[in-house]
Order: sequence, then C-alpha cells, then structure tokens
Amino acid sequence: MTDVWVTIAVLAVATFAIRAAGPIAVGGRELPGPVLSVIALVAPALLAALVVTQTLTGESGDLMIDERAAGVAAAGGVMAWRGSILLALTAAVGVTAGLRAL
Amino acid sequence: MLAISFGVLAEPVMGVAAPIVMSAVVFAGSAQFASTAVLADGGGAIAAIVAGILLNLRYAPMGIALAPSLRGGPRRRAAYGQAMIDASWAMASRGEGRFDPSFMVGATLPSYPAWVLGTVVGVFAGDLISDPEALGLDALFPAFFLALLIGGELRGGRTAIAVALLGAAVALALSPFAPPGVPVICACVAALVGLPGRKAR
Repeated sequence: MTDVWVTIAVLAVATFAIRAAGPIAVGGRELPGPVLSVIALVAPALLAALVVTQTLTGESGDLMIDERAAGVAAAGGVMAWRGSILLALTAAVGVTAGLRAL
Repeated sequence: MLAISFGVLAEPVMGVAAPIVMSAVVFAGSAQFASTAVLADGGGAIAAIVAGILLNLRYAPMGIALAPSLRGGPRRRAAYGQAMIDASWAMASRGEGRFDPSFMVGATLPSYPAWVLGTVVGVFAGDLISDPEALGLDALFPAFFLALLIGGELRGGRTAIAVALLGAAVALALSPFAPPGVPVICACVAALVGLPGRKAR
C-alpha cells in the first residue's frame, strides 16, 4: 500500500513540474531537435510495451495467450475503424467476457 | 467515461481512496493508467513512477510549443502549463505555432471535476464487481493503451510505428526474466531511434 501512495505523491509532483517546465523555460532556449524527436517517440514505445506485456504475459511474465488477446485485438480493430476509444474499450471487454462465458 | 474505467481498474490495485486522490493530484489519464498497470503487475513504486513520468514527458515539448503564446511571469506561465491536457492543448492550437491559452483553460476546467467524479463513480462500481476477469475487465488496460497508440501516437508516421514495434519486442523479450515493470521502461530505449534520423536531414 505504501508503494501506491509513494507513486501518487511523486507522480503528482513530477507531472506538475513537467507541465510547468515548457512554459517557463522558453526564452530563446529551445530544446534541440533530436531531443524533441526522442521525447516524441517515448510514448509510442512505452504504450506498445504496455500493450504487449498486459496482453500476452501471465503472472510470472512468460508468454501466455488467452481471451484477453482476442479482446485487445478487437479493440484495435474498432479503434482503427471508428476511432472511438470508448467503443474500442467496450469491444475489448465484450469480446473477452463473451469468449470466457462460452 | 475514461475516468470511470480508471476507477474500476484501479480499485482492486489501490483500494477506494487512492485512485480518487491520484485523479485529483496527478490529473493525467495515460500516466495514471500506466503506473497503475505497473503496480498491478507487482512492479513496485519506482517502476510505476518511471512509467508515469515517461508518458508525461510529452508535456515538455507541448509546453514549449505553447510558451510563445503565453504572457506574464513564471508563476502565471506555470499555471497555464497545468491546464495542459492532450485534448484541450490540441483544440487550442490555432496553427503556425500559435495557441489560444484562454481557450485551453476553458476546455480543461470542466474536464477536471469530470475526471475526479468519474473516478469516484468507477471506484465504487469496481467495488461492487466480484469477479473482474469474468467481465473481461483485465482486457481494459491493454485495450486502452492500444487505442491511445492507434488514435494518436502512430500518426507520427513510419518512425513511430517502427519504434512501437521495437518497444513491444524489447518488452516481450525481457518480461520472462526482468522484474515486473522493468521491461516496459527498457522498451523506451527504442525512442533513441529518433536520433540519427534527425541528424541526417
């Protein structure tokens, strides 16, 4: 439980600082291009890693494919087709729960 | 609605109070989902914090883009920075690097109570659910991250797609050996692909 509160406290302070940094720091001192492009690529790398680890691994971190994978794939399809996060999440939950109920 | 999902997902990991406090003081959806996912996997505080910070790093360049449109001293500027959430920031863009800061604040203000209240609703809904797996709720986290990827990040073009694939491969390769949360953080090294491309131009 301590981990939870430490995470919340530190993340709150860090998020505040990151949001404040850009508006304050500018005054001719812009970040160099390569730094900006690396920062822009952190999110896709991290999100993709979260997708696969949360979808395809079991408790101990080894590869495991179950109903989740089908649900998440459905969400990806819906997102690409309609572009609605809520529809995609509904598809994920519906497909996963449906397959488990079979 | 996303806030409700967050509450439902975070409740088994953190209990009732913590998700609500988190939404109130962090107020950054994707980072909250990411660090909660790491904690749910048993990743510990440091891995959870690093994952959240890495996702929030995007606010640095967003803030830099916003900066020339802001007036006033550092405190006032920092306060405007707090109003940055993805949707408001994007809607406040007026093209050619100009932003309408008042519009951004106006778009963010109603989002804040909605985000916190939605979390409250989700936490209590999550408390009532006895078997989250039967309802397929364990698919919500990865589906949310995938939706964010497809809806936004991958529009950055081929480089973004290549980086996402590389990050996914790194994370999968490491996850049987590394402690929980660590593979996801190591995957961010894939972002360094951005370096040589820029230099070549």
